Parts: sequence; C-alpha cells; structure tokens
Amino acid sequence: MPLLSIRDLKFSWPGASAPTLDLPSLDLAAGESLFLGGPSGAGKSTLLATLSGVVDVPAKSVEIDGTDVGVLRGAARDRFRADHVGMIFQVFNLVPWLNAVENVLLPCRFSTVRRDRSGSDPIHTARALLSALKLDDASVLDKPASSLSVGQQQRVAAARALIGKPGLVLADEPTSALDEDAKESFVSLLQQECRDSGASLLFVSHDKSLAPLFDRSLDIRDINAGGATR
Amino acid sequence: MIGLGMKSLWNRRFSVGLAVLSIAMSVALILGVERLRNEARKGFANSASGIDLIIAARGNDVQILLATVFGVGSTGAGIDTSVLKMVEGLDPVEWAVPIMMGDNHRGFPVIGTTRAYFDRYGQTESGALSFAAGGPFETSDGAVVGAEVAARFGYAPGDVIINAHGSGAVAFDVHDEAPFVISGVLTETGTAVDRMVIVSTEGFDALHQDPDDAEADPLSALASVPEPSDDSHAHEEHHEAGHDAHDDHSHEEHDDHEHGEHDEPGHDAHDDHEHEEHVEEGHEAHEEHGHDSHDDAAHEHEHEPNTINAIYVGLKDKTAVLSIQRMIAEYKTEALSAVLPNVALLALWSITGTAETALQVMAVAVAIAGMIGMVVMLMASLESRRREFAIFRSVGATPGWVCGQIVIEACLVTLVGLVLGVAMLAGVTFVADPILTAQYGFGLGAVVPVDQEWVLLAAIFCFGAVAGLIPAWRVYRMTLADGLAVRL
Repeated sequence: MPLLSIRDLKFSWPGASAPTLDLPSLDLAAGESLFLGGPSGAGKSTLLATLSGVVDVPAKSVEIDGTDVGVLRGAARDRFRADHVGMIFQVFNLVPWLNAVENVLLPCRFSTVRRDRSGSDPIHTARALLSALKLDDASVLDKPASSLSVGQQQRVAAARALIGKPGLVLADEPTSALDEDAKESFVSLLQQECRDSGASLLFVSHDKSLAPLFDRSLDIRDINAGGATR
Repeated sequence: MIGLGMKSLWNRRFSVGLAVLSIAMSVALILGVERLRNEARKGFANSASGIDLIIAARGNDVQILLATVFGVGSTGAGIDTSVLKMVEGLDPVEWAVPIMMGDNHRGFPVIGTTRAYFDRYGQTESGALSFAAGGPFETSDGAVVGAEVAARFGYAPGDVIINAHGSGAVAFDVHDEAPFVISGVLTETGTAVDRMVIVSTEGFDALHQDPDDAEADPLSALASVPEPSDDSHAHEEHHEAGHDAHDDHSHEEHDDHEHGEHDEPGHDAHDDHEHEEHVEEGHEAHEEHGHDSHDDAAHEHEHEPNTINAIYVGLKDKTAVLSIQRMIAEYKTEALSAVLPNVALLALWSITGTAETALQVMAVAVAIAGMIGMVVMLMASLESRRREFAIFRSVGATPGWVCGQIVIEACLVTLVGLVLGVAMLAGVTFVADPILTAQYGFGLGAVVPVDQEWVLLAAIFCFGAVAGLIPAWRVYRMTLADGLAVRL
C-alpha cells in the first residue's frame, strides 16, 4: 500500500472556470523519492496545497498513510499535517526571531506524535539532524534564523521537515534560491536524511537538471488533465 | 506559547516598548488619579475624625466645616460662650471643645481652644494627636504648632512667635504686643492640623482685649486716613521688625512726630533723644494705632471677647446626634447650626465630584489611547508577519493557535505595561510624596497597589486582552486565506 495515493483528484480555485487539478492517479511508495517537474501554473503548488490539507479536497481523492485527507476538517487537518507531513518551501522557511534549533523543534510543539518520535531529548535530536545536514557550528545554531544564509536556512528547514520522522516530506522548489553547487549538495543531503528516516519525498521543481537525482521523476503536465489556465 | 510570544515581542522590542510605555503611563495616571482622590478624601475625613458635631453660627454646612476643620474661609459670626456651657450641659455630650479663629501665623491659621482639644480631636483613623516635641500649652501664652508649620519655620518648643489678624498670608495686623511661646510641636497627621497653630482660648482672647484698644488715639486715627497708600508697606516692615517698645511714648509725641516726619522728610527739628528713637519707630507706631480704627470699621476680624467661632462636640451616645442637631438648630437665643462632619464632607464631595470625574475621564481616555496604541502596533506588525504565521501553519499550527498567539502577545504587552505603570507610580510616589504631603497634607499613599486597585488593574488587563482580539480576528482570517505559502 502506497504512502500517498491520489485518485481522481479534481480541484478548482474559487472563481476559476476550469479545474486547476484533474489528477486521475498518482502513487508514492513509502520511502520513495519523486521529482515532479513542470512549468509555473501547471498546478504543482496547487497539488501541494491539496496534499498539505490547506484547501478542501473531495473525500476519497487523497489518502496519506491510510488517512483520507478529504474527510478531515479544519483543526483536524492541521493536526494531521503536523503529525504526518514535513514541508520545505522556496524561501522564508524559518521564523526569523527563533534560532536554528528552535525552528527545527517547531513541529514538536504542535504534534505529540512527532515529539514522541524525536526521542527523549528532542533538542539533541534536532542538533543531530542539523549536524547530519552539515550544520554543526554552535555559533550558527544559536543565532536567530534571520542571520543565517539562504543555504543554511534551507538546511534548517529540511531538518525541521524531518524531525519526528513524518511519513511524507513535501518540498516546494526548495533549491530555487540556491546556487548550482549548493543545489545538488542540498538535494543529496535531503534525500539521504529522508532515506534514513524512512520518509517519502515529493520534490516539486521546475529545474529539470535535478530530476536524475530521484528515484522517479514525472512532469505534472503528463499526469494533470487540468491546469495551464492558472 | 507564552515563551514564543515573549520571543516574538522581544524581536520587535522597539515598537513593543513604545506600546508598553503608553500603557504604563495610562496605568500610572489612572492609579495616580484614583489614589490622589482617595487620599485627599481620607485626609479630609481624618481632619474631622472623632468629631460628631460642629456647632457654629447659622450658616452653610460646607462653609462651617471648611472654616473650622480646615481653616479655609471663616464662619459667619461668633457665638456666645454661653452656648458652650449649654452644650456641655447636654446629657449625651461627652465633650465639647471651643474653637476660636480669625488669626493667622505667617499664613497658617491660628486656632484658640482648650487643652481638651489635644485629647479629643482625631481619635479615629489618624489616631489621637501626639507631640513630636514638648507638650500642650500650660499657660495662656503657650502655643502648639502643627508639624508642617514647625517644619516650615524651624520652630521648636521655647521659640517665640507672633500672630496676626485675618486669615491671609500677608499680615496686615500683627499682635506683636502678645507673643506666644511654643510649648509643643505635633507629630505629622496628614490632616489640616499640620498647618495650624493652636493656642489657648485665654491667649486668643488676650490678643483681642488689648488694653490699648480702649484708649485708641483719635488723632492717630485721623493721621492714618490721609495716607492709606503707606499702609501695606509699613505693615510689612513692621511685621518683620516686630517691635513693641514704643508703647511708653505718649500719643501726643507720636502724633507730632508722625506728622513731622511725613510732611517734612528732613527731621532735624526733632532734637529730643526720645524722639530720636522714635524717628525710626514712628512709622510702625503710627500704623499700629491707625489699624485699630480700621479694624473697628472694616470688620476684617470677626473675633470679639467672650465669643467663640465654633464648638467641636463628641457624644457619648452616637445615636443622639440627630436629636442634638435638631435641638441646636432650634436654639432660641442664637441662630446656630450643628454640622455633621461626614454629611458636610459628602456635600463637599458632591461639589468637587465634577472635577474628579473629569480627571477620571481623562485618565480613562489616556488608557484607551494606550490600548489603541497597542492594537495599532499589533495590527501594523501583522502584514510583515504573514510569512511567520504561514510557517507556523505549515508545521501544524491551527489558525486558532495563531489567533491565540496574538491575544497572548496583547496580554503580555498589557501585563508588562501594568507592571511598569505600577513601578512608575511607585517611583513617582517615592519622589513626590514628601512634597505633596508638605504642600497639601496628603500624599499618594501606598507604593504597592491596594485592594480596589487590583480590581482596576485586572479590568485594564481584561480590556487589553479584549483589545487583542481585534488584530487576532484579522490574523485568523488572514492565515485562513494565506494557507502555508505566502507569496508577497
């Protein structure tokens, strides 16, 4: 049974004439890493919104880790996200007035599941994760996140997405603000950590050069019958 | 959550600091106004404590109270000493103390009374009068001064003081023929007594039964008429000089001399050595005689021998107060009023109430302005914090949590504002209390909040929390709309 399973997902933004998403089928196995490419407006971000439970989706269309996201409402969806999904964004991933370790520990504030999975000492776990992502300089970790470089910020964001071993990590163009060298090392570090924690990774990007680094790669246009208008 | 709130606020400490400061100021102002009001009332009430009735010539209750207890203004007329005898004879009356007024000592009211005053007055709340130095007057020329009077002029038992007619600060007429010797200094009470000079009724009467009065020189009275402009100047000079040596000189000599000096500045003609001395004193001598006639004519001085201005009455049986009051009001021989101090105080508060209300309204307005400042600060920060909220959402925060975070921040700002406001007031109290007490006889009182102030503080806190709901509601709507990824 796949970790993520999408069946006949149709979604329209309010006011849109045609559905942005019309996705007959998409599966992601546990521990698998999937690259999802495609130009802007093809529905990549909308897909992530449906998966993260920010927007309402029809019942039985999205299932994550055996839970039908479509039947969850409001706060329950937020809790589900906190427990099962780690997210990394393009930029602005961190709360600027918290330091790196505090940012990494944020999901543990909202999810007892992930706090329990972070071991007896979540702070230690957070430092270990950051260290695995090549962030182990104490002076960097104690500084407010706003004083970190973009590359450092993205690695902190990755550590946050991974802490407490969520089943699914969603990455929305996390490398677009990084330079060429940093991109590849970030992606390989991220994949390594996802593998270590057993998380499935859905990596969305328009940068096709990264596609070969993943287990599988798809173009959203090939699986999405809607979109293009957005 | 609170930890996060504090970190978030610390991150914006400058604008938050301003909001906190404005709330602190309003808190200090509200509490300060409230305390001043209460302390002023308490000070007034204490001034009249222990007195069940004040009997005076018929007049307005508030006026009688102000005049007798606080030394502000005067009673309409005197009452005969026979009234005192009558009151003392009444069954429910435990004690009766006569009060004579109308003189001042360098601007402070002088009260003529009996020694019982010190035992009977101020028996509740502020405690009985006690002496910081010395004791009650033993003789008719003894005087007891209040703490503030003593502090102002550095008086100590044994010092000689001179009183003047009238109640103003400028002495137009000095009783320099009858100085008093200070027998005691009262401890500070925070009431009007601090500002009083208390002498015996005999001593007070003695001033006004000056034997010289009887033989007031008609010529000197004449002499004073043409030159009224000289009066005030001369009096002041006299007051400072404080002589009384010239009484032995004959009036005729005075008179001659006076005219001589005034009409012809060069006084070589006066070769007599006695006159020589006079030349310097003549002015004052002239004025002194002059004022006697003034006094009779102008009635600036209400006191006459064998009359008193008021009687403080204490009752054995407090329930008799109304019947005594009615009895006094119906007294046939003289028109009298019996004032219940607490009732008169209520009447006074109803007069001052408008000003107090205005002050309170101002204080509340400032508090509201402070709260609006805080809401504006929070609202202004929301736009720049949208990404921050989106991040919280992405890690599992519900819109409700984000909303609650804003309310917590509002509560924290209000709370810190409250603490700082109380601290500011404590600081102001510490600095200003000695000055206020010296100037007005009451201070801001306690440094830490007292009972009803906690209620006030709690009310402000609740108001702050409710005010925080405005930006919180906005942020709730915003986070719902924004989702997880804000693209600004």
